[in-house]
Amino acid sequence: MSAFGVTRTTLVKDLRMEWRSKDAINSMLFFSLLVVVIFSFAFNPTAEESRVIAGGLIWVAVLFAAVVALNQTWAHELRNQVLDAYRVSPAPPNALFLAKALGNFLFVVILEALMAPLFVVFYQLRSVGPLWQLVVVTLLGTWALVVNGTFFAALSIRTRSREIMLPLILFPISIPAVLAMVDATTTILSGEGTPEFWMKMLLVYDVVFTMVCLLLFESVLNAE
Amino acid sequence: MTGTIDATNQPVIVLQNLVKFFGRFAALRDISDSFAPGRLYVVVGDNGAGKSTLLRVLAGLMEPSQGSVTLLGAKTVREVSHRVGYMGHAPLLYDELSGMENLRYFAGLYGLHDDGICTRAMQTVGLDPELERRVGQYSQGMRQRLSLARAVLHNPELMLLDEPFSNVDVHSARDMAAVLGRVRDQGKTIFVVTHQAPLLEGVADESVQMSAGQIVFRQVMTRNPVVSNTAGGGR
Amino acid sequence: MKPVSVLFIVFTLALLGFSTYQALVVAPTEQTMGEVQRIFYYHAPTAWVAGLCFFVNFLASVAYLLRRNSNADALAAASAEVGVVFCTIVLITGPIWARPVWGIWWTWDARLTTTLVLWLIYVGYLILRRFATGSQTQTLAAVVAIFGFVDVPIVYMSIRWFRTQHPSPVIGGGENSGLDPAMWHAFLWNLLAFTCVGIIFVTARYRLQKLEDQVEAEHARLALERSMR
Repeated sequence: MSAFGVTRTTLVKDLRMEWRSKDAINSMLFFSLLVVVIFSFAFNPTAEESRVIAGGLIWVAVLFAAVVALNQTWAHELRNQVLDAYRVSPAPPNALFLAKALGNFLFVVILEALMAPLFVVFYQLRSVGPLWQLVVVTLLGTWALVVNGTFFAALSIRTRSREIMLPLILFPISIPAVLAMVDATTTILSGEGTPEFWMKMLLVYDVVFTMVCLLLFESVLNAE
Repeated sequence: MTGTIDATNQPVIVLQNLVKFFGRFAALRDISDSFAPGRLYVVVGDNGAGKSTLLRVLAGLMEPSQGSVTLLGAKTVREVSHRVGYMGHAPLLYDELSGMENLRYFAGLYGLHDDGICTRAMQTVGLDPELERRVGQYSQGMRQRLSLARAVLHNPELMLLDEPFSNVDVHSARDMAAVLGRVRDQGKTIFVVTHQAPLLEGVADESVQMSAGQIVFRQVMTRNPVVSNTAGGGR
Repeated sequence: MKPVSVLFIVFTLALLGFSTYQALVVAPTEQTMGEVQRIFYYHAPTAWVAGLCFFVNFLASVAYLLRRNSNADALAAASAEVGVVFCTIVLITGPIWARPVWGIWWTWDARLTTTLVLWLIYVGYLILRRFATGSQTQTLAAVVAIFGFVDVPIVYMSIRWFRTQHPSPVIGGGENSGLDPAMWHAFLWNLLAFTCVGIIFVTARYRLQKLEDQVEAEHARLALERSMR
């Protein structure tokens, strides 16, 4: 079967399983809500300063919520050692990786769709710059987080302290992506300056790391 | 249905100085042996003898620390993965999906999209394909049987089964043994690791005894002249 | 130890002595910063050695993934450890220098931030090596090393751009801007000396790793033989 076919079936299966149990999405949604509320207490929304940094806040909030999503990426496969069945089959490992990354991408985008309106309401945000730029930055930035996150989630399966290993390795490597998202968002919201450089940089980041992940995933999957 | 693998009767598996270390523990110690195709081998031995490790190396889930494994004429198991079926200790199934959904997914990994294959596989192991129940709610025995169905879905020439009879009631186990016998009669090679060797008496061709990481003893077993069991009904 | 190694260590010590003399005595005192500027002769070469170590780690990690050669992995482990040590020294000597001269301990400019991120990535690498179970440690570590190394130029570029958008306190035109020719001498000697020190440390750590590997292999061989009798 083609790699694309395997990716599609795997993604459909994952979505179906998630739809039935709603385990991951429920915990993610609730956690994101908590984060937004806590941030509102920590960074007073009525202050003018807070609105200036709101661009940064939302992305930090998304980052934490995303880690919750990423940590459960492989939970189903680990439960009954299903990964063995995948590894034994002729299906290409990268197809599995892409399916998982796309699934995570979907989850995190849903989270953002929930959190963004809350932020807008709490912080009375208004965008001076064009909205489509925000969308592009969001999509590129989310993929940047998710592609590396899915990869390191797989990597941390084979370590002790699995849940801490993932953010430990993911955060430093994601710093340029987070910086890009934060600054681009702030730029667009305030209308000062252009986010084009950041958008290009995110694109480069996405391309480079997607390639690196695809190159190295098989080694990680079969490391036993 | 494929007949014997090839007319020249090459061994299906050749092990050459196979060693597998886990840190300082040698799970497989310098095994050199070969196995003829079209036979049902029962692999027995104490816990820790290396039976499961051997199966995992044969399935390609582990790399040998030293030595080589030649499977179906290929140097790496990946090349022939579509001709090998593996059933592990753990069920290798998704608890949240039904039996048919599980099989459909795994069939897809092998490029098979025919629902009939999955239906027939479930019926062969005595499960009802119409059953909507999630695998997580199956009994142990049912899960075990579905796991077997998953392993043989793609009609592999070589089957590696690790404890297929654990937690299965005696009647179903005998049915499964008969199924394995029939599959072997079609020319497939089957390795069964089990603590319940008597279940395969009369069906198995050869018993392979392992101890402390080595194959210590191989013995041809007598087969029953007539295989009389019928496939079990839905359960 | 082989005579060549002893010779090299002696040579390096002599070199270090000479370069220290150059840095502390011979080199002229900096106009604006005064004596404290002499830290530069340690700070900059240390940064160079750290970068070199991480580059070696990158090459060794790639080599390991391609060949599964345990020597490559040993070199990767050794160079990462030494690199982190040197990087820590950079991150400590930097603020020590900055505080009396510019009144601040730290700033988020491109170079400092990149060094900090590099440090974070490789500390994560070392923690991974500690926490990975069994034989997959080497593969997983090699993979992370590649990610980390690929990330560094991206980090640098991002922060550079970020800082042109949001300028931060300018640090005296940068450490290397307009280095007096008299200072070049001291700088280069120290560069050479520290590189040699780095080589000694990495080699020593590499040998230690190889010894550990040999012990494991010996245990394994014994475990194997025990059954043969």
